[in-house]
Amino acid sequence: MHKKAMVVGAGVAGIQAALDLAEMGVETYLVEAGPAIGGRMAQLDKTFPTNDCAMCILSPKLVEAGSHPGIHILSLSEVLSVQGAPPRLHVTILKRPRYVDESKCTGCGLCMAKCPTKVSDPYNKGLSTTKAIRIPFPQAVPALPVMDAKSCLFHLKGKCGVCKRVCPAGAIDFGQKEETIELEVGSLILACGTKEFDARLKGEYGYGIFPNVITSIEFERILSASGPTGGHVQRPSDQAVPKKIAILQCVGSRDASVGNEHCSAVCCMQASKDAIIASEHVPGLQSTIFYMDVRAYGKGFDRFVDRAQQQHGARFLCGRIASVESDPRTNDLKIQYIAQDGSVHSEMFDMLVLSVGLQSSESARETARRVGVKLDASGFIAIEATAPVDTSRAGVFVCGSVSGPKDIPESVMEASGAASAAAAVIGECEVREMHVEYPKEKDLRGESPRIGVFVCRCGINIASTVDVSGVVEYAATLPRVRHAQEMLFACAQDSQKTIRAAMEKHNLNRVVVAACTPRTHEPLFQKTLQKAGINPYMFEFANIREHCAWVHQQEPAKATQKAKDLVRGAVTKVLLAEPLYKKSLGVNKNALVIGGGLAGMTAALDLANQGFQTYLLEKTGQLGGNLRHVQTTLDGHETAGKLAELVEKVNGHPKITVCLQAKIRDIAGYVGNFKTTLDEPAMEIEHGVVVIAAGGSEYEPTEYLFGQDDRVVTQRHLEELLHAGDKVALAKLRTVAMIQCVGSRDEKHNYCSRVCCTTAIKNAIRLKELSPRTNVYVLYRDIRTYGLKERYYRRAREKGVFFVRFDPDTKPAVQSEGDGLTVRVHDAILGATLELRPDLLVLSAGIVSNPDNKTLSQFLKVPLEADGFFLEAHVKLRPVDFATDGVFVCGLSHYPKDISETIAQARAAAGRAATVLTKSSLEGEGKVACIRDGRCSGCGACVSVCAYRAIELDPKLRVAVVNEALCKGCGACAATCRACAIDLGGFRNEQMLSALGAL
Amino acid sequence: MESEPIILALCCHYCAYAAADMAGSMRLQYPSSVRVLRFPCTGKIEVNYVLSAFERGIDGIMVAGCLEGGCHYLEGNLRARRRIERAQQFLDEIGLGAGRLEMFNLSSAEGPRFAEIATEMHERIVKLGPSPLRRERAAVMAGVEKIAQESLAALAGETK
Repeated sequence: MHKKAMVVGAGVAGIQAALDLAEMGVETYLVEAGPAIGGRMAQLDKTFPTNDCAMCILSPKLVEAGSHPGIHILSLSEVLSVQGAPPRLHVTILKRPRYVDESKCTGCGLCMAKCPTKVSDPYNKGLSTTKAIRIPFPQAVPALPVMDAKSCLFHLKGKCGVCKRVCPAGAIDFGQKEETIELEVGSLILACGTKEFDARLKGEYGYGIFPNVITSIEFERILSASGPTGGHVQRPSDQAVPKKIAILQCVGSRDASVGNEHCSAVCCMQASKDAIIASEHVPGLQSTIFYMDVRAYGKGFDRFVDRAQQQHGARFLCGRIASVESDPRTNDLKIQYIAQDGSVHSEMFDMLVLSVGLQSSESARETARRVGVKLDASGFIAIEATAPVDTSRAGVFVCGSVSGPKDIPESVMEASGAASAAAAVIGECEVREMHVEYPKEKDLRGESPRIGVFVCRCGINIASTVDVSGVVEYAATLPRVRHAQEMLFACAQDSQKTIRAAMEKHNLNRVVVAACTPRTHEPLFQKTLQKAGINPYMFEFANIREHCAWVHQQEPAKATQKAKDLVRGAVTKVLLAEPLYKKSLGVNKNALVIGGGLAGMTAALDLANQGFQTYLLEKTGQLGGNLRHVQTTLDGHETAGKLAELVEKVNGHPKITVCLQAKIRDIAGYVGNFKTTLDEPAMEIEHGVVVIAAGGSEYEPTEYLFGQDDRVVTQRHLEELLHAGDKVALAKLRTVAMIQCVGSRDEKHNYCSRVCCTTAIKNAIRLKELSPRTNVYVLYRDIRTYGLKERYYRRAREKGVFFVRFDPDTKPAVQSEGDGLTVRVHDAILGATLELRPDLLVLSAGIVSNPDNKTLSQFLKVPLEADGFFLEAHVKLRPVDFATDGVFVCGLSHYPKDISETIAQARAAAGRAATVLTKSSLEGEGKVACIRDGRCSGCGACVSVCAYRAIELDPKLRVAVVNEALCKGCGACAATCRACAIDLGGFRNEQMLSALGAL
Repeated sequence: MESEPIILALCCHYCAYAAADMAGSMRLQYPSSVRVLRFPCTGKIEVNYVLSAFERGIDGIMVAGCLEGGCHYLEGNLRARRRIERAQQFLDEIGLGAGRLEMFNLSSAEGPRFAEIATEMHERIVKLGPSPLRRERAAVMAGVEKIAQESLAALAGETK
């Protein structure tokens, strides 16, 4: 059998896992319970900390998943059972009826327009209405309507049936039934996500009672340009623009009374983002965020929160809301809250946004039960710290928030990691070639242009506004047009046959389709050209639906004129089209991993297990990195055994070559073809990919008497004492004080080191277990035990650890007085200064970046951010990639992270690297830059603007040379070239200038 | 018909073109004078393109790229902004006026904003009146064949 896998749940994690698997040559079924893929991310407005539009970055992934030959989307489907063992898992799927025949429907949306039944729109969280039959949202994949049988008149009363009558494709099928599908796959990934907490369960906040109390996800929809108010911030009661809003954190999170002890991990940043975006919509808007701890623990998060406060007037108020009253006349809200010093205040707000937490969903738990994997105490899929993508069942892996609440990049990392693991399980099976065979392409050299124009009516979508026959008549008069005709649905399967027949009959060698948008439909028509033996780039689209018929519905005459103009523009452009070919590039199947710590070893093992020869470089004399200094995981497992096991596996693996004391002289080349020269040991390595896992280190404090007084140590030192030190002496300690954020969140290091809160809590609990009588004080700014780590914060408090909050401007003062240490700290909660006399002062020193990163970044031409960590291609969706292909990053090289996250990211880097190494050759884009040597002066301006390092100067000929496999076709070089020596295929100057002139 | 201006919207594929698509699927109405031409990235748009379009009688041009910092190709939209500003200076110098050309940034989810800026640009151009270089529409259409012939001839020359 060939490689097959299944991903259950098609949110961003599931989509990424499916894409990675498919790119590794694994045929993948993507099973989604809803009618469209995309999950919660499709409902978000922007994403922190870059404020990228969520749909902008997600939608290309939706389209890619929807059109990838290696991915089969099974929508409206769920898993009933999984039998067998990997690589032969037998899965039974239940597919619920859409009442629309997927093979016939063209997605024209006429049914939706004509359906008389309005229902509340789940995409907009019920803030607007939609129809009983609907395309879930404009960018939905698959772009097909789904019928809601619970509100459809035909299903309820046997009447209506308008949709069936108007559907020009005959796609409506009221008689569709549930069906079961049996599939065999090698491995399975669960990515079923979470659900939002039901704010009604916290009745005191008035959600569902007062109109101006809404949830954070509803607020996202209100902020979104595609939302119910078109992006105008309005409150629900009277559509007035709010001037003052309150955002309450931890609604249904960190709250044992509703059964959710965990932190939802994303809400602090979401609230900061919403405050920023809302203030951009409504200048002068005042927002107040009521929080317990500000958990800004990710890359760039602290700076983002600073921005919300300093530039967008967000007020962060440490306190809880006690009661909410709504003025029956104005619907304004009177909010009573308790500040951190215990004082009670009352304030009026226009609106209250509840930051609802994420919790395990019933359907995910049911799926877990059916698949047979264990859940943890909170109902998330159980994982171990050292195996973050493995479940309790062999061959079944997990990613995303179904194993605990997490942000998008962590979900995406785990997705790539799970894909790597899932592919390794079926490593023995053969890779299926996913190429489609087309007839031999006609040689068009010397042939004069013969253009065919096909104008789509799109049912009545276009035809009700634009005079389609008039456009066809006009098109026929344009130069070199040899054939013009109209079509009911140009995209329908039988229309492709019609187009091919016309191409043969009239010997056409160029085609224009005037219909909808190339963003979704261009590949379809390009394939039709290929089937007719014509190069797919001899094609041009005129968008007369989205850009014409739909936006000029009141002006049919003008719309028709414009449609003619657009067709003329397309004809002019296609006239000058020339055949383009995707260049391919050989791939060296070896991998290079830089750094022999946990991240590097994990990545190397995954790559080697997938059959790739891997070189692991370590600059010191032994493997292990920082893991050698960590004694236990948060969940109490000893790490020494795990480390020894890992080192043994790496050293014993026939596909891994370990180079200790390695010294790199140079890394040259590009994806698929790198060459690395080492000074020590003297050797040259050829490889196709590079994984950077060069690690980071503990900050060496200069503050709080560190290095001057023996009783001042770092957490790492304490951890070693707790492991191998004198336990009797430790148990005798009367008082231990810990200071957080040493070398983190300060002017020099304006970022959170992410692991120090949990490390302090882990060690505090160990101290309390040794001797409950030892007083342990943790002096902190915010406790950032995000996600499921919150349990340990709770456990520490239950064991009697004291937590003392201080403000950053009144840091603790440490003095050596007489024979003892004195720590004075102003407790922000008590409002009093405490004086502690600890026997041991433990500094939670942060993590700093590796100074070697600079050299590595120059070797590989990949960027670093301000704090010296590597800057990935995209902080949300490409967390281990760079803009430069073939280079990946994981572990502390990227940002501080814990063991579990490091393993997940290392496996992700290996998985992403495998998407390159599994291919026999890499295929570039068709529309790429091309240098006209005769005009090139070799000035190098193009080299400096290329973001993908795809252009080099030929040292002998002194001309620029494009590596077509690396070029992404953006045209930056072409626009920069002073000599007009660069052309971008498909957008050549002649084409663009004549299209500009013809429109 | 002749009083209707012609405005080109030079849009990048990833954001502005997608936003124009979205304006369509949301059925937001804007004047039919605006015609979208797709580029991979606004960073591909040369000053020459803009000037040549004006030379051929186009009344106004809006260049629309991704939000700053959000360019799919990293910095293309920033370079586009600099080029457009330069072109605006030229337009002032030759007396056509910088106001006929504007650069916008918007995200792919901003369908409403696309319709808004299209309307805004239309109103601005109507106020400025027809371009002094505007020719008869028939002449433009007749020109298509000529341009095509010339370009094909040029192309043939290049490849020889």
